[in-house]
Amino acid sequence: MAAPVNSVGKPSPERLPLNTTSFQKKTRSKLISIPGTRPSVQNGQLLVSTGVTSLDYLLGGGLAVGTVLLVEEDRYDSYSRMILKYFLSEGVVCRHELFVATAQDDPDDILQELPAPILDDVAIHKPLEQPLLSCEPSNSLDAMKIAWRYQNLPKVQSALASSSRFGHYYDVSKTMEPEIRQAAKCHRFYLPEHPTLSSPTHSPVLESYSALLKSLQDIIHKEGFDVAAPMSRPRNILRIGLHSLGSALWGDDLTCHDNPAHRHALTTFLYGLRALLRSSLAVAVVTVSSHLIQDRALMGSITRLCDNAIALESFKGSERETNPLYKDYHGLLHVRQVPHLNCLASQLPDHKDLAFKLKRKQFTIEVLLDSPLTTWTRCVQSISSCW
Amino acid sequence: MYVELNSILNSTPDTFTQGEFILVSDRRSDASFLIHHFLSFYLRARCRVCFLGLVQSFSHYSAVSQRLGVSLTQAKEKGQLIFFEGLKESLSVLVPRDANGASPAINFLRDPSVGLRSLYEFVRSSLSSFNSREKAADGAEEWGPPVLLVDDLSVLLSLGVSVGAALDFSHYCSATVCSQLQGNMVMLVRCDGEEEEEDEGSDRLLKGLTHQCSLSLHVEGLPTGYCRDIHGQVEVCWRKRRGEGLHTQKKLFQYKVHDKGASFFARGTSSTVL
Repeated sequence: MAAPVNSVGKPSPERLPLNTTSFQKKTRSKLISIPGTRPSVQNGQLLVSTGVTSLDYLLGGGLAVGTVLLVEEDRYDSYSRMILKYFLSEGVVCRHELFVATAQDDPDDILQELPAPILDDVAIHKPLEQPLLSCEPSNSLDAMKIAWRYQNLPKVQSALASSSRFGHYYDVSKTMEPEIRQAAKCHRFYLPEHPTLSSPTHSPVLESYSALLKSLQDIIHKEGFDVAAPMSRPRNILRIGLHSLGSALWGDDLTCHDNPAHRHALTTFLYGLRALLRSSLAVAVVTVSSHLIQDRALMGSITRLCDNAIALESFKGSERETNPLYKDYHGLLHVRQVPHLNCLASQLPDHKDLAFKLKRKQFTIEVLLDSPLTTWTRCVQSISSCW
Repeated sequence: MYVELNSILNSTPDTFTQGEFILVSDRRSDASFLIHHFLSFYLRARCRVCFLGLVQSFSHYSAVSQRLGVSLTQAKEKGQLIFFEGLKESLSVLVPRDANGASPAINFLRDPSVGLRSLYEFVRSSLSSFNSREKAADGAEEWGPPVLLVDDLSVLLSLGVSVGAALDFSHYCSATVCSQLQGNMVMLVRCDGEEEEEDEGSDRLLKGLTHQCSLSLHVEGLPTGYCRDIHGQVEVCWRKRRGEGLHTQKKLFQYKVHDKGASFFARGTSSTVL
């Protein structure tokens, strides 16, 4: 069914200014259009791309603004780190602001490893492409019949003018050029740089998480990402990447002990993070080494406190690497949770057996075909290739 | 409000049993659609509702209730609904910006070992303030019995509150709301693990609350696996206390949640199967 008319232009979940009611009359002037976002077709929520188009599809079109995506790390933290980098690269290309928090590597290291965006359908420095566009006036975009691929390009060509598209592709073999990366505003939180303050309360939150939450709130207030902030400034999205929460380097012992002493530190932090995000134009991706957490119920409560949750299971180093069934893939991807914010029904994917493959120009997620004929064909092929 | 669920539970907004403690629980599933049902049901029944929304923002409940035909903002303005927004209040404790500004009900976040007494005081004071307001209005609006809705109780366990404190809180609330004020109470508890695993927090909480409640709705996934068209099964269990001792009656239904409600049907009679 069509989204309710008066909520299509309104990003949600969010808190509106205190002096108005939740439902405003539809006024075209109040339509918030932020580059790199689009409203969801299901319920009109504002979505951003995760940087991986197949993951966007699994999550119901994209990541809703104001939510958290939990990525359960694979064993060597290679693919989850890749997803974090895709997420941040997408932020650079869409001109969003970034916030990176780590305890292990310096955030600048992660930022220097961002993959280069593939912008080959945008004329970056080629004036020869201009005549193609100038033959059609830009205000009758529907009139483009031959050069329809160039339809949504703006007239002025700059390196990142393709931000009108939702979701981009990245070349993993190249790193992003420093000029492009430095054009994006990036805030960093590197735990060893923050002295540990003694917490006066008996709250279960650790000092490291409290400092992170405080730093996040300061940035959100200062840079105007609050939903309730005055509309005078042009609005933008803050992309938050939190690397490897719950690990021992954050001072947490969830991954070290069977019965951790700081059992509720991470869950209380995630509760505070959800509270912060629901009232700001921000999106967060959190990675957690779930394979080190022994307590399944604790992992369940961590998952419930995040809105979207996926788990990566790579085949590297396991016996599945040589299994002919998994020959084409790098690992399995499990969608643990998809939210249903502002609506009753969630958009769960049709299939639960998904596998991913990291190719040079794309991170693909496909349904793992398990029909007997396919399995048999693959086995025959692998056997015949030995002879 | 879901019409099929009303007929299953034999209740309508005009006639429903008072003094009931309804426990909504789920295991590896999501029973929050039932909370939205009860919220719209009791608001339509013109009851005075105190809602502890601990896991989502007010705009989420408001948007869903709008689809079910009830306006939460109007109910709040009329004084029919008191909404406690846990997320917003928690920020003033977790990231203190100024000294004052936090509601005392969220004090359990500062020191979870203290328990939920302040939260109970908030519930008691808001529901008894309904009483005094009714007398002042003097027949202009006749409200029904008071109702307490909690979404959800197991998030308190994730925030460091002990199972004993949560059980004490529910016991105090049921004594005040159900017995003293003859109102109803609906609580949501979410579990994660398999039932055979050792006793951990939310399972113990679920067992304790199942013992206290008078009607329980337990939501689970299908035992045969994931299905796109049938979202799971609901087990409805009536625990009648009055009359001759304890008398339980159980019924099992399958359900599917769609955009404007949920449909319930007997096992195997889903429209996709038939």
